[in-house]
Amino acid sequence: MAGPAIAERPILAEGPGALLRTMWLIRAFEERVSQLVAASEVHGLVHLGIGQEAVAAGVSAALRTDDRVYSNHRAHGHFLARGSPPGRVMAELMGRDNGLCRGKGGSMHLVDVERGLLGATGVVGGTVPLAIGTALVAQAEGRGAIAVVYFGDGAAQAGHFLESLNLASLWRVPVLLVCENNGYAEFTPRSAHTRVERVADLAAAYGIEARVVDGNDVLAVAEAARDLAGRCRAGSGPALLECLTYRLRGHYEGDPAAYRDATELREWRERDPIARLQATGRLTAEDGSAAERDARAAVEAAVRFAREGSWPDPGEVVTDVHG
Amino acid sequence: MAEITYLAALTAALADEMRHDVRVVVIGEDVAEGGPFGATKGLVGEFGEGRVRDTPISESAVMGVSIGMALAGWRPVIEIMFIDFITLALDQLVNQAAKARYMSGGQLRVPLVVRTQGGAGMRSGAQHSQSLEAWLVHVPGLAVVMPSNAADAASLLRAAIRADDPVVIVENKALYNRRSEVGGEAAELGHARVRRPGRDVTIVATSRLVDESLSAAEALAADGIEVEVIDPCTLQPLDRDTIVASVSRTGRCVVAHEAVTAGGFGAEVAATIQEAAFDHLDAPIIRVGAPFAPVPVSPPLEDAFVPGATQIAAAVHALVGR
Repeated sequence: MAGPAIAERPILAEGPGALLRTMWLIRAFEERVSQLVAASEVHGLVHLGIGQEAVAAGVSAALRTDDRVYSNHRAHGHFLARGSPPGRVMAELMGRDNGLCRGKGGSMHLVDVERGLLGATGVVGGTVPLAIGTALVAQAEGRGAIAVVYFGDGAAQAGHFLESLNLASLWRVPVLLVCENNGYAEFTPRSAHTRVERVADLAAAYGIEARVVDGNDVLAVAEAARDLAGRCRAGSGPALLECLTYRLRGHYEGDPAAYRDATELREWRERDPIARLQATGRLTAEDGSAAERDARAAVEAAVRFAREGSWPDPGEVVTDVHG
Repeated sequence: MAEITYLAALTAALADEMRHDVRVVVIGEDVAEGGPFGATKGLVGEFGEGRVRDTPISESAVMGVSIGMALAGWRPVIEIMFIDFITLALDQLVNQAAKARYMSGGQLRVPLVVRTQGGAGMRSGAQHSQSLEAWLVHVPGLAVVMPSNAADAASLLRAAIRADDPVVIVENKALYNRRSEVGGEAAELGHARVRRPGRDVTIVATSRLVDESLSAAEALAADGIEVEVIDPCTLQPLDRDTIVASVSRTGRCVVAHEAVTAGGFGAEVAATIQEAAFDHLDAPIIRVGAPFAPVPVSPPLEDAFVPGATQIAAAVHALVGR
């Protein structure tokens, strides 16, 4: 049975202009977050995905409103790309009552049920099995919705990740596993942790359809995500999309990232996903500057919204626990 | 009311709840087969493999899958065959299930039931006999229940399935074949039961040690000592009022459980009583539990490990000075 008509539409308009605007929104948001961390207005551990924006933008363009999405500790982009209001995300990072989770979740534990975002996590790989369970429900409902989970390459060395691959394959659930392979697990390069070159190689062992794409090429990500999501919707079972990318900041804000050399960083700066999309010639310079200008204005409005929010009442510390 | 075993009561309650609500599903290792004890036996025939889902030996991911089902609106009942193996699933249970509602500011609920069983006495050794409930009681966001008889096993399981937040049911393998009369109602979580009224000493006992306390009470009554036996049923949230009211009357208390005493649930009960009823206490609170050691296999060693009616009666005698 087909779902409601609205569910068939992607959340974001497709096309390079929309993808560019999404990437600029994430970039501007996170650059501002970095400043607010330094100013102690944003609290706690904050992991930025600057440089990885193409993954969230491209994947989100392939999704429907009735898909259910899980995220990881580097979550801001996943939420913004799916349409979470920047002000409510920013307010959550600033611990305000008008934040998505009313200040109880913070950067690593964002949730936006209204937009089908069922949770980010501070435990690496922790949401991968949740997506399998949610996909089982989608499979039983039979409306073509899928579950999606973002995780990093570091998660692929966790036992629960491999258990999850097996279950996804065994039950042929409609789950799109999106690996943001940025080459580092916290402070250590992937090569020091495994001899398996690609996360997609692990998927192959379980008979899961997998694809490796240039994760800084938003058009390639969007195309692959649409294709794989379509296969999931059609009942072909799980799929894994490995996006090769790079975070231009440290593991967390405040990490000097001394473990990376300047040459590597420079090479990846040259592959910046926003500049890459501009360089395709499909958008004008004016498109780019307008996207940046609009994004920065939206982010300033988000900061104002967050600052105007009140602090949660201390009595809220014991609400929403149980029962 | 029919008299049935603890195990049959669990099976019947599961089946009833699955008939009552199509969102209720059973998941775990060998659940279609019925598991090593048979709690889920026969369910697959009535409800099919989609609702009685066998899984590989992947406790961590299967716990996560159950949470993901719950977040999407189902009401999964996951079986962790032995509580000893809950270690493998604790990350998902503690970091995801217990915290999802809170971290989301109330946007999410996790109507998850974890069925597991613990306890020694079957010569099964240190990795199939533990009593680990205190770990779970320490986690905000989880309810923990320990049914001590067939009727409570059924009524607490029903209540757990109908709850909108995660509940862990810690059954006891030594109780599975004991019979009692079982009705069809759901209990309310968080309510203690007075198993036997008495004026001299309060015994707060959990799970298998409830029957042991009732046996001790019979023997003590022959000596003219009347003990009151309280079964908390739900360890988290704990019915403090019933316990405190009883000890306020008797002035003396023994807390008895099968887990090791160090860092155990008994310490929480003792602390609760001294905070709320210190002026009513005529004697120190005594804890009865296992010695601080893993569970051994050899019969004389395990018999020396497992606490029972003898230790409980000795503690009561020590308290009343006769």
